[in-house]
Amino acid sequence: MKSFVRGAVLALIGAFLLGVSLPSAAFDIEAMPTPAMQKRYDAMIHELRCMQCQNQSIADSPVGLAEDLRRDVREQIIAGKTDAEIRASMVDRYGNVILFRPPFQSSTAWVWLLPIVLLILGVFVAFRIVRKRASMVAGDDSVVDTDETPR
Amino acid sequence: MSRFLIPAAIFLALAGVLYVGVVHSPNKSTMQSALLGKTVPDFTLPVLGNPGMNLTGSQLAGRPWVLNVWGTWCVACREEHPVLLDIAKQNVLPLVGLDWKDEDDAALDWLKQLGNPYSVVVADRDGRTAINFGVYGAPETFFIDAEGRVQYRHVGPMTAEVWDREFLSRLPRGGIQ
Repeated sequence: MKSFVRGAVLALIGAFLLGVSLPSAAFDIEAMPTPAMQKRYDAMIHELRCMQCQNQSIADSPVGLAEDLRRDVREQIIAGKTDAEIRASMVDRYGNVILFRPPFQSSTAWVWLLPIVLLILGVFVAFRIVRKRASMVAGDDSVVDTDETPR
Repeated sequence: MSRFLIPAAIFLALAGVLYVGVVHSPNKSTMQSALLGKTVPDFTLPVLGNPGMNLTGSQLAGRPWVLNVWGTWCVACREEHPVLLDIAKQNVLPLVGLDWKDEDDAALDWLKQLGNPYSVVVADRDGRTAINFGVYGAPETFFIDAEGRVQYRHVGPMTAEVWDREFLSRLPRGGIQ
């Protein structure tokens, strides 16, 4: 009975691992003619958002539109377009949303600046709290001291 | 007092930012087309049901027209189809269908069964033209003015309300000559 339970658990774990590993093998990323092109292609498709499944790149998505956009990138690379030209052509058609790293513009400034502002704010708040606690502890010590001196 | 004021102010500021983020998230139905105000991308595509015949974008220039992106695999397209048939009856704007990544036979069957609201349907079998229009899901409907510029894009099923508010309202006064 014990060995049966153990076997069932192992089988379940195996099925789980298998199930998890399946989606990545569900579609193939197409090969490029030269290693240099392959490198640019791999980098570019990880930079572009799959518009149908917004938090995946077109490299990670098996949907038809991602496949079409990968083909578009592949053809542009083979046609001799630079990375900047390919990015620009994507933005022309789909807007800045398609880039995981949008350019720094007035409309996207907050995306870039907000984390820095929040970080500075957080450090400032933490600093104040720490300083206040430190002075409180110093005050406590003197109270403890005066309490204990009579002993 | 300031002990509570500063954290409260930070909380409110953060809540405000998150609220704006949630309300203006790139919801699929509110995302603006990147093509607004720009000239429609050029295309030459086979006309559905007319073997050997092609339609190019420039042939449509000179008067406003509407591009409707659909496919027989698209459930929401079936939902909007009766609205498109009503729109076709109004006969104010030519409806051009872009049959996106579809089988010609399935598309012809669909039009035979449900009725054909389109002045012409072109078959974008490999989806290249749809990409150039910045399409990310069917149905999508574009209003293109007489100068060939995209004036509006609606994502999702067309409704009579959207048609009146966003499409008919963009027609030049006095209609089309």
